[in-house]
Amino acid sequence: MDDFVYAKTDPAELDRYREEVETWMNENMPRRDPDNPWHPTQDDDLRSTRNRELQRRLYDGGYAAVCYPKEYGGQSLTAAHQKIIDDVSMDFDMPVLFSVPTLSICGPVILEFGTEEQKQRYIPAWIRGDELWVQFISEPSGGSDMAGALTRADRDGDEFIINGSKIWSTFAQRSDYALMLARTNWEVPKHRGLTMFIVPIHHPGIEIHPIQMVDRTEEFCQEFFNDVIIPAENVVGAVNDGWTVASRLLFHERAAVGNASPYTQGRHRNRTADGVEDLAAIARVHGGADMGRHRQRLGYIETLSRVEELLSDRVVKGIEGGFLPAPAGSLVRLFHGLSRTERQTVAMEMQGDSALVWDQGESTGAFGLEYVQRQQACIGGGTTEMARNIISERILGMPREPAADRDLPFNQVPRSG
Amino acid sequence: MAPVRFDLSDDQEFFRETARRFIEAEVPISVVREWHELPDGCPESWWQAAAELGWTSLMVPESLGGGSISGRPIVDLTIVADEMGRGVTPGPFMPTNVVADTLARSGSPDQQALLEGVLAGEVVLAWAFCEPGGDWTASHVTAAAVPSNGGYALTGTKVAVEAGAQAQHLLVTARTADGVAQFLVPSDAPGVTVNPQESLDLGRRFAEVRLVGVAVGPEALVGAPGAAAEADVARQSLIMQLLQCADNAGSAAKVLEFTIEYAFDRYSFGRPLASYQALKHRFADMKLWSEASQASVDGAANALAEGQDEARMVSVAKSYVGDHSVELMHDCVQMHGGIGVTYEHDLHLYLRRATVNRGLFGTPGDHRVTLSKMMGY
Repeated sequence: MDDFVYAKTDPAELDRYREEVETWMNENMPRRDPDNPWHPTQDDDLRSTRNRELQRRLYDGGYAAVCYPKEYGGQSLTAAHQKIIDDVSMDFDMPVLFSVPTLSICGPVILEFGTEEQKQRYIPAWIRGDELWVQFISEPSGGSDMAGALTRADRDGDEFIINGSKIWSTFAQRSDYALMLARTNWEVPKHRGLTMFIVPIHHPGIEIHPIQMVDRTEEFCQEFFNDVIIPAENVVGAVNDGWTVASRLLFHERAAVGNASPYTQGRHRNRTADGVEDLAAIARVHGGADMGRHRQRLGYIETLSRVEELLSDRVVKGIEGGFLPAPAGSLVRLFHGLSRTERQTVAMEMQGDSALVWDQGESTGAFGLEYVQRQQACIGGGTTEMARNIISERILGMPREPAADRDLPFNQVPRSG
Repeated sequence: MAPVRFDLSDDQEFFRETARRFIEAEVPISVVREWHELPDGCPESWWQAAAELGWTSLMVPESLGGGSISGRPIVDLTIVADEMGRGVTPGPFMPTNVVADTLARSGSPDQQALLEGVLAGEVVLAWAFCEPGGDWTASHVTAAAVPSNGGYALTGTKVAVEAGAQAQHLLVTARTADGVAQFLVPSDAPGVTVNPQESLDLGRRFAEVRLVGVAVGPEALVGAPGAAAEADVARQSLIMQLLQCADNAGSAAKVLEFTIEYAFDRYSFGRPLASYQALKHRFADMKLWSEASQASVDGAANALAEGQDEARMVSVAKSYVGDHSVELMHDCVQMHGGIGVTYEHDLHLYLRRATVNRGLFGTPGDHRVTLSKMMGY
């Protein structure tokens, strides 16, 4: 399977569905306050509880993860139905924490590779809002070279013993399970000795350390595994075939980051520097003749924002119709990284000096801070350099980068001191 | 190779394929170069053959002898523009269709009678709009239409009038006491002087049109002066801009294709250029610009076809495609090295045309200012 399944849908049926969703949202979901949107990064407990509650509400209404099969708690509906929910839900609080990675990345991996027991056990728990998942994929030794994982899983009868460390898991301290890639065979080349596991996060031997980011938030974590015992039934796919699973995980990650996944619910809107409307608002506040010099840049941000949506539609349609290969999601990923960093730059400049030095109690410094951290948009979810590799190699068919470790047993591969 | 857009009907796909085969057979790049020497840019007989394929009938309703492929004529028109961009194909395609659309919508029955000749490729139409130093908006128009002998006397200077010297009829945008008005004027009317201009684009033809007390009757008016004429001018301008963007998206895609081929064929230090990561990443960016340009064109075409937010979406396309198509071509010149800056290589033919499309009817910078104003600031 290289692709999502997109069913053709009757337009009249979709119109009817839209009405139904609008009515239900109005009656059941809390409305977003545009002036004071619920933005809970300051309180992780609240964020976790709130997202679980909202997910439960969606589930009770029959609007949670609607593209998932009915037998696991979804509605067996199409991407077009989910898009209607996304459109309508822009004005409402949504459990966006469940979208990535739980429903859009871990979810399709379990659907594709999980055993029937795993599907029955885990999928309904996400859709009901009971369990949040994260990814234990990246390691401190390197983010882009995912197959170079050093975390080891040694078999001991019906169990595996895990040792090592993972990093950049989002919100792990408030989550329940993780998909983890670990090395089970060191005698073979790197892609052939990996295995994917389901790991309970709050489990003996696992230490979680939040990482303080530039803005001092602690959304990302590093985990340390010290003789962690995991039952063999937690293997996803086959032992030593973890790379097959991980490749699909990456595919779904690109789709999720590129807005092309049918499994995300609602849209994540970062109010401080994301919305173009917000830039116009800054322009009005700091307006006057002096803002004339920002007009072109403001218009360019509007351009990028609109084109990003159009490109995303084109790529989804292209993949759906077989006109573009599945890796075309990387086009959207690359565009997003570039447009977002540009937007944050313009937002900071338009905010003027108050993004740099501000009165006590004011929040204008957020624009400066977002700017300082802007490369996050080109790093997280796969760097823009990896996206460019994928576009040139897998869309344009150019020769792959030479890899010094390709056919070498992993224990002979040179690595950083 | 991926098609222009992913939602074409079978009929549209057939229309596109026919246009491409016609261009490849009749106007390969060697012929394009020969036609550069023709004063009119292309043989009349060829334009008539193009008209037979429907290139001038899309914006004319069936009741007047025309007809679109899909019922969304604007979209059909971008299919031809895209293919002409790919072929750097000459011909008065843009002005003829834009003026034909206005005659079909706002013209009198007498004016619409001209469309028969347009459909046959025998009549070429031009739009005399921009004035020296003008900014491509209706408000810059100073050409005067003064009431005289029950009609009007037209006086003013128009520049960059595409196909001005080839057209039998000019649609002249002028100012009356009641606001902007448009007149259909025979290009050989007394008082009209048409001076061919030089252009960066070697394929298409542009002219300066001088009007000195050109006497026209009231029947020369196209639609009513004021709001109605301004709406026509706005639509003409949007369609022109959309076609420029479609043309540039097509030519950028074509340039990228042959530059990628070159990168596979050209060896340096014992390996193809396409194997160098420094270059692969630039090709990845160019592929992104090309796909995003096409997406912008589709978005603008859909907006115009549906009459929804069309001014914004066309400015978005001009802002994005204008810059990125031309930057892509400059980068492709860079990928070719020295051969890319020679007259012999075809690259400059595309770059010349794309640069003209980028600038006429507003540069990307102009359109960004327009967008910022639409955002209420």
